[in-house]
Amino acid sequence: MLEKTNIRKSCTIEQHQIVVDDKLIWSSEPHVSFSDFAKGAFLHLDIDYPKFYKMDALSKLAFLAAEYILQEEDKDELALVLANRSGSLDTDVKHQESIQDPEHFYPRPATFVYTLANICAGEIAIRHGLQTEHAFFVAEEFPEETITAYANYLLQSGKAKRVLYGWVEYFQEAYRAVLYIF
Amino acid sequence: MTALKEELKKQIINVLNLEDITPEDIQDDEALFDEGLGLDSIDALELIVLMDKEYGIKLSDPKLGKSIFQSIETMTTYISENRTK
Repeated sequence: MLEKTNIRKSCTIEQHQIVVDDKLIWSSEPHVSFSDFAKGAFLHLDIDYPKFYKMDALSKLAFLAAEYILQEEDKDELALVLANRSGSLDTDVKHQESIQDPEHFYPRPATFVYTLANICAGEIAIRHGLQTEHAFFVAEEFPEETITAYANYLLQSGKAKRVLYGWVEYFQEAYRAVLYIF
Repeated sequence: MTALKEELKKQIINVLNLEDITPEDIQDDEALFDEGLGLDSIDALELIVLMDKEYGIKLSDPKLGKSIFQSIETMTTYISENRTK
């Protein structure tokens, strides 16, 4: 089993705050929307990546958590294992609304492409050039035992040198991301 | 035509979430894909939806998009000649 002591770094995003290894890195006013919070957190990174603005909320959340935790980290053979409760339901609802009215039937391609939970893992992989294993689990609560076992397998089988894993949950303005690097 | 170009630029910026780009930043003859604005294939699909929703133009042959979506100039010419609303 992987012990907690094997956690090299952590990043938590919730309640308009970004905390890396228990240090507050970024925060915004508590009344702002997630969209505005995410934009502020992205601009704080000072990176040129216009694709960010096209992502859905779940991908923005996962992208930001990964961006903050992976700063100055070696990404060679880094696997990615994520989980959440709502899957891509937030975007699924938006897509469904766009096709609800038969008289005004205009499905948005840019919304539709995010109607899978693991797209957020893909966004992280593209951004950081990760070509290793990745998986996405949907569960009511953080499936620590399953993810730990999977991460353990990836490391012991030599499929990865390190694992970025954690929880990235977003549904209608309620959000929480907790990522770890093993 | 100038008003249509301005309107189209604003619509493109809006539907494609082109943050930090203003209508003044987009030249009428600038390439929308590859170099220029650097739009991608999903953006192309969004432009097809935009043409339908805002101007009543249904592009039945997606291959036509390559020439229509070359620039603001080519888009406005096509819209002017084919719009139904």
